[in-house]
Amino acid sequence: MKAFAALYRRLDSATSTRAKQAAMVAFFAAAKADPAQWASAAWAVYFLAGGKPRQTAPTRLLWRLAVEGSGYPDWLCSECYGAVGDLAEMLSLILPEGGAGEEFSLDQWMRERLLPLPSLGEEERYARLRRWAEELPSDERLAFFKLITGELRVGVSRLQVVKALAEVAGVDEGRMAQRLIGYSQARRIPTAADFEALIGEVLHAEAQALDSGKPYPFYLAQSWSRPLADMLPALGPPSDWIVEWKFDGIRAELLKRGDDWRLWSRGEELISDAYPDLEPLARALPSGVALDGELVVLIPPTGEYSADSLDGLALFASLQQRLGRKVVSEKTLRELPVAFIAYDLLEIDGRDIRAEPQHERRAALERLVDRVFAEAKERGARLPLRISPTVAAETWEELATKREQARALLREGLMLKAREGAYGIGRRKGDDRTNVWWKWKLDPMSVDAVVIYAERGHGRRSGVFTDYTFAVWSAGEEAPARELVPFAKAYSGLTDAEIREMDAIVRRTTVETFGPVRSVAPTQVFELGFEGIAPSRRHRSGVAVRFPRMLRWRRDKPVAEADTLDALKALLAGKGE
Amino acid sequence: MDLIVATDRGLYCPAGDFHIDPWRPVPRAVITHAHSDHARFGSDVYVCHRDTAPILLKRLGDVAIETAAYGEILTRNGVELSLHPAGHVLGSAQIRVSAKGETWVASGDYKLESDGVSPAFEPIRCHVFITESTFGLPIYRWRAQAEIFAAIDLWRRENIAAGRASLLFAYALGKAQRVLAHVDPALGPIVCHGAVEAINALYREAGVALPPTRLATEIADKREYSRALILAPPSAAASPWLRRFGDYSDALASGWMQVRGNRRRRSLDRGFALSDHADWPGLVGAIEATGAERILATHGSAGALTRYLREKGLDARTLETAYGDDEDTSDGGARESEA
Repeated sequence: MKAFAALYRRLDSATSTRAKQAAMVAFFAAAKADPAQWASAAWAVYFLAGGKPRQTAPTRLLWRLAVEGSGYPDWLCSECYGAVGDLAEMLSLILPEGGAGEEFSLDQWMRERLLPLPSLGEEERYARLRRWAEELPSDERLAFFKLITGELRVGVSRLQVVKALAEVAGVDEGRMAQRLIGYSQARRIPTAADFEALIGEVLHAEAQALDSGKPYPFYLAQSWSRPLADMLPALGPPSDWIVEWKFDGIRAELLKRGDDWRLWSRGEELISDAYPDLEPLARALPSGVALDGELVVLIPPTGEYSADSLDGLALFASLQQRLGRKVVSEKTLRELPVAFIAYDLLEIDGRDIRAEPQHERRAALERLVDRVFAEAKERGARLPLRISPTVAAETWEELATKREQARALLREGLMLKAREGAYGIGRRKGDDRTNVWWKWKLDPMSVDAVVIYAERGHGRRSGVFTDYTFAVWSAGEEAPARELVPFAKAYSGLTDAEIREMDAIVRRTTVETFGPVRSVAPTQVFELGFEGIAPSRRHRSGVAVRFPRMLRWRRDKPVAEADTLDALKALLAGKGE
Repeated sequence: MDLIVATDRGLYCPAGDFHIDPWRPVPRAVITHAHSDHARFGSDVYVCHRDTAPILLKRLGDVAIETAAYGEILTRNGVELSLHPAGHVLGSAQIRVSAKGETWVASGDYKLESDGVSPAFEPIRCHVFITESTFGLPIYRWRAQAEIFAAIDLWRRENIAAGRASLLFAYALGKAQRVLAHVDPALGPIVCHGAVEAINALYREAGVALPPTRLATEIADKREYSRALILAPPSAAASPWLRRFGDYSDALASGWMQVRGNRRRRSLDRGFALSDHADWPGLVGAIEATGAERILATHGSAGALTRYLREKGLDARTLETAYGDDEDTSDGGARESEA
């Protein structure tokens, strides 16, 4: 625990990527040299790569520890929490000086102490937590509480973890990225063997077997947001690109190895069990195949359809009802069936073809899908498989026009994939024209909305009022009585200077305080953008918006002239047009 | 009638006809210390400790000043006025006001730990205590300064080993001199920003021993920077003045650095929670030591502190003032309050 707490402090205090990298490399190298540390190092990788175990103690117990352990009243602990913005950190600051308890390794802490906690009774759990908190040295407490709350990320990206491990193991980063896939899944218990498999230079048979169910790391797209006029000079002609729709589903990789199939989410969670609808598709695929694509809800037409037909595509809101469900009912499978829209082929006949150009992979994908479709047709089977249709055009202007239809087609925009590009790792690119995927999304929908509540942020925004609730008017200005109806919360889109200014405004214009939330006098209008809008019975406004964020501070706009609920709902109606 | 009342110009003693740390011009201003939120321009006469006077002259220009030593009693209209060490910065004083058997103390800013560059805080018995509460939450519990300076020295050693300068932001008045008096002078040269060096001179004139310091313009060989400690006020952050130092690691010495978010928001390499204000145990201990039955709190988390004291059975209230930070303490010193 000492070594891990020290690593945590180093990563937390380092601002440069270089320093963080050096700290991780030093930590992993020291662990590599000492097999007794492998199990703890495996946990360290798990946490740094974003792994979150089930919370071993509920927030309720941590709060009780803050109050009883510090001896301060509940309201004072709340004040402290407000100033810190992080429960683990608040606990580490408010509890009396720690002790000099016996050293336990991170692995012992996790397996022997924390993971068994949920099986104990409430009082026993609390008693143990309190004892541990008293025994732990003060400078290890923050890392300890972070293990419980699971918010352990310290500004280290997964790619940085991959780089550090690759350096220590002496393998290339692509290999390490693949070894790391699935590593940080929720309920996983990392072991010494896992760390050994990560840092081993040669994969022996056992590790290879472990590897067989692992997908390739996802290649992520960059946002294209420059003006249309820039496209030809920067990107060359559209003929250099494979253009497809950008779907509004979830990204997934479908793997078939031997008789086994697996579906991996972009968050690198294994999600096969949640989508039994894909079973017939997986069975129909040959062994040694990896498909990259989008999982969507799609109600298949009753008649014939081609492999690139997207008839029956449903709103993202339908897919949302399938997300996060472990057990899927017959009814759900009937009413909200999913399909896999394939758009890339990474492996065929067990051969990794990611280095081949995009257009060749596309051709191989078309051949594979045609073959699978034809075989299914012979058997009279209908497969939940589609191939992402390409969008053809001579000019960027023409494509821009087609892009405008995206919303009506329930899509987010277009994808541009360099014809000659390889399938990369993560969000990395070469220059603008090669080895890159661009997402060319529609401009978001937007309304002018009024800030009516504010909350403090977390992490580097802790203590500052950065999270706002936005409202629109229930009726137009001429209405005799109207009110502001909240419809969205947003916290991104402002510069640090604007945040400071808003923070001061919130403090100055606070009307009432309800716990962490302050209601403020309606004085500020923002242009609030969002990606999608759907009817909602849970929200008072009757709508729910996706990815709301602040596009612009409308200092020019009086509150009275902010948009109305009708204007917001008009966007809802506009969707189907 | 209360001996001291809050007015729109600042704390006021009607019986003695003087203000304490007024934020608008008044005929007679008694000043606790020379930080800019306590000593403002425009009053006719300033009364302060004699070590505060040179700093006031430096900051406010040629103003009329009457000085007193600690413990010296000045009587006016039957009101006794005296200054007592507050331990905040050089010359900082608590203001004791006494009349007709009743004693009030206005603390100004104070800290309990002796910092080696200003006389240590002295608890004064009183009936009513007007206390600051900049860090009035239990999460503010300072480490002993020896521990913090050891951490600063270690940070410097790491920087020297990596061949880069150590740039430490610290308030020019008080904090910077406290740092100077405690860091290891053998590690390398110490370079001070002009604003810091001007105050250093006043401290030295007052008899405070500080290690040798230099201005950046006095460094001819730039290679010296890679071993140097550079002390600058927080307002110098992101200024062109920093360009000359090449590769450096930056840090801020401030009580606000107790909370990680405040450091991360400023994108600093390091934050050292070193404060010239009392921490929570300090505030509660100081209040207790006065024996006062009535407490008035200003600055920072006054609301939390007074509610806590009320629940302990004291008559405690918040006094609205224009000192220091605004009502909330968590800004991380983004405003230039001297924390």
